[in-house]
Amino acid sequence: MVEAGFFYLFSLITVVSAVLVVTRRSPMISALYLILCFFSLAAIYVLLNAHFIAIIQVLVYAGAIMVLFLFVIMLLNLGDGLKGIGKITVSKVIGLFLALLVLGTSIRYLVEQGIVLPGEAALRAGRKYAEFGTIEHFGDILLKQYLLPFEIASVLLLVAIIGAVFMTKKKLD
Amino acid sequence: MDILYPITPVHYLVLSMFLFVMGLMGVLLRRNLLIIFMSIELMLSGANLAFITFAEAKNNMEGHVFVFMIITIAAAEAAVGLAIIIALFRNKDTVNADELNLMKW
Repeated sequence: MVEAGFFYLFSLITVVSAVLVVTRRSPMISALYLILCFFSLAAIYVLLNAHFIAIIQVLVYAGAIMVLFLFVIMLLNLGDGLKGIGKITVSKVIGLFLALLVLGTSIRYLVEQGIVLPGEAALRAGRKYAEFGTIEHFGDILLKQYLLPFEIASVLLLVAIIGAVFMTKKKLD
Repeated sequence: MDILYPITPVHYLVLSMFLFVMGLMGVLLRRNLLIIFMSIELMLSGANLAFITFAEAKNNMEGHVFVFMIITIAAAEAAVGLAIIIALFRNKDTVNADELNLMKW
């Protein structure tokens, strides 16, 4: 019962802030609502026993990535960046139709086809390890089974750093 | 009440689909590059939530590793993408996707 209450509370916050991210005019307000959305998603991850991922979500997503976004929005002086916002064009109508089609078909599939998932009690009983979701077990998997992807990810981050520095240079030579 | 009360993984999946479609709508309907970018982050979050839901449902923590990788990719993508937006804004003075049509046809 408590879990259900928290689930509906945080999913309501997530849904409302996600809608506001897409509908607000100013990118700054959108970014702030996106931060709220990420925080409530972190709470939902805790409900799913993903404690480490929840912390990472707050630190990396809501912290680092969104701060970068806010800095860039403040750096760009978007004086006339808001024009042409309310216009309804053919492409927007088609886009809305396609997006609603994706939502409708996927939810219909889930509800009617009924992906068979174990219920709460079966899940608790069949739990293989008590430390599900802890950093200890996560690190165990990440640094043994997925060591190579982990190292490749670090190379990817290095490439991204160099790329970002190179592209924002004043004069490309 | 039957649909609402016992929270099953399907509830979490519906939430993740909603997040994904909300991001999709942002990408398709908005023309501001920064908001399109934030919508892509929303779509990634929807995928993350689905991964974590299935990790919990299948009692298998490998989904968490994938989410970790997705967050890493998102960080790299944000750094490079925002650098591209800054470079574009310097040259074109706009972040409207409709005005950046030099390579359209």
